[in-house]
Amino acid sequence: MRAQREGSQAVALTVARCRPEVICAYPISPQTHIVEGLSAIVATGELAPCEFVNVESEFAALSVAIGASAAGARTYTATASQGLLFMAEALWNASGLGLPIVMTVANRAIGAPINIWNDHSDAMALRDCGWIQLYAQDNQEAADLHILAFRLAEELSVPVMVCVDGFVLTHAFEAIDVAEQELVDRFLPPYRPRQVLDPQAPVTIGAMVGPEAFTEVRYLADETQRRALTVIPRLAEEFTTVFGRRSASLISPYRTEDADLVVVALGSVLGTLAETVDELRADGLRVGALGITTFRPFPTGAIRAALHDGQRVIALERAFSIGSGGVVSADLRAALAGMDCPLSTVVAGLGGRPITRPSLRRLIAETARSSDDPAPQQLTFLDLDRDQLPRARGGGAWPSSA
Amino acid sequence: MFQIRIHGRGGQGVVTAAELLSVAAFVEARHAQAFPSFGSERTGAPVVAFARIDDRPIRLREPVLEPDAVIVQDPTLLHQIDVLGGLRPRGYLLVNTGATLDDLGLGAVAAHLPLGHAVTVPATALARAHLGRPVPNAALLGAFAALTGLMSIDSVAAAIAARFHGRLSDGNVAAARAAYEHVKGVRSHARAA
Repeated sequence: MRAQREGSQAVALTVARCRPEVICAYPISPQTHIVEGLSAIVATGELAPCEFVNVESEFAALSVAIGASAAGARTYTATASQGLLFMAEALWNASGLGLPIVMTVANRAIGAPINIWNDHSDAMALRDCGWIQLYAQDNQEAADLHILAFRLAEELSVPVMVCVDGFVLTHAFEAIDVAEQELVDRFLPPYRPRQVLDPQAPVTIGAMVGPEAFTEVRYLADETQRRALTVIPRLAEEFTTVFGRRSASLISPYRTEDADLVVVALGSVLGTLAETVDELRADGLRVGALGITTFRPFPTGAIRAALHDGQRVIALERAFSIGSGGVVSADLRAALAGMDCPLSTVVAGLGGRPITRPSLRRLIAETARSSDDPAPQQLTFLDLDRDQLPRARGGGAWPSSA
Repeated sequence: MFQIRIHGRGGQGVVTAAELLSVAAFVEARHAQAFPSFGSERTGAPVVAFARIDDRPIRLREPVLEPDAVIVQDPTLLHQIDVLGGLRPRGYLLVNTGATLDDLGLGAVAAHLPLGHAVTVPATALARAHLGRPVPNAALLGAFAALTGLMSIDSVAAAIAARFHGRLSDGNVAAARAAYEHVKGVRSHARAA
């Protein structure tokens, strides 16, 4: 039903309609209202026999999720920021064991210094852990992607992270259609695990694999994850048939076809970006935006098909690799190999700094009008306040945030 | 698109006020978005929340930079924070106080806005009278409906009733209606003068 509601609550309601059997979470910061909402729903008994397990840390949360999933339960958890990093070791176990856990990551910065606000440093730091990563650009997608995520995870036996911009989406109220139970049931059949830990028939999973086969295990993990590149578009199409609305899939191009310049981005900035594109188009600049929904596996083919020779590309990144450069850019540069698409990297919106239309307009207009090719390793920071730098380099105090 | 910025202090229901505005707009079949400024909210600390209302889907995610309306839930913020920053030339200003705009040193600001676009309302006193608690947010939304004409008082009441129950709902709705009538009265008086 379509109602004005908070993003986190829409995700909680939607996850509940996916009929999870175990939900485990560390309920203290960094956390969102998602698990709070789910714990309230579980407490009503309407999800019975679903069990809500409160644990003492994020490491425990994912460890419980791994146990539950291995025992054959449809399993969900959610975290953010430092919490995701605390799960790091267990993340590889979940994917290595092929457990179809679905987890919401309410994207936030990583400290130190302490910063509770939104960027993509958390999920980007864990991009290589074997989980599929989907990034929502608004709260309708945030809710709907969870339904797709369970189906995808269970079809491939691969865990899925649904990345939702912390605060910007999780705490925003807007009209969101939460999928009806009957339709979710039609789209998402009960979970049938391929193998189950069962005391009556004991087996060991995740046992030691030596050098003679470890490469092959990893090769197959890559092969399996890449199958998502064909499975996701099929599921998105089926989602549209069942629910009667568009589903996010691999990428989402906006006015790219005749564009001279395309900004590539992930997550909620795409909304502001679409508004900026419309404004600049009204000024006569042919620009477009390309959203990447599926970041892992990286949709190389879809991106190559969406762009064409002669287009300039800006990768607008909400995180970066210190000492190297843009994370999305590295994948993008590889994806665009052989194409005449000069790529520049712009880091924006770190630690919750708003990405505004005026800043985006300036960035895009300047880049569109420049005839120079960007230097390949050049890294630009949107709205960098250079006045702060000398004092900080000299060891002085940073301005306090509050 | 109509953009609103609400200033208050932690505990005064600033975020809830933005949420209720968006629900009232939703009730009227319009598109609306509400979100807090994402500080580390603490009781008494300055808090900002935003709302946008439009006839088409809202894609913008930036903070409201140039509000069409500013609601000040706590007048002690007036000289601490630039609550009027970016307020549009034909914008609206609503301040929760029993004092006048002149008393608050806002006479010059009000004079730059169209006649009747800046008003004060004793929302905390109205909340105390009707709700028994000094939480001014719902009352201010009634005043906002009267000030801007952007939504009906019935839609505001529906949003409050959807969020609260029982006496909390009834008291807040009564406070909102009283604030609505108060601002209606002030504005018709201003036009007559």
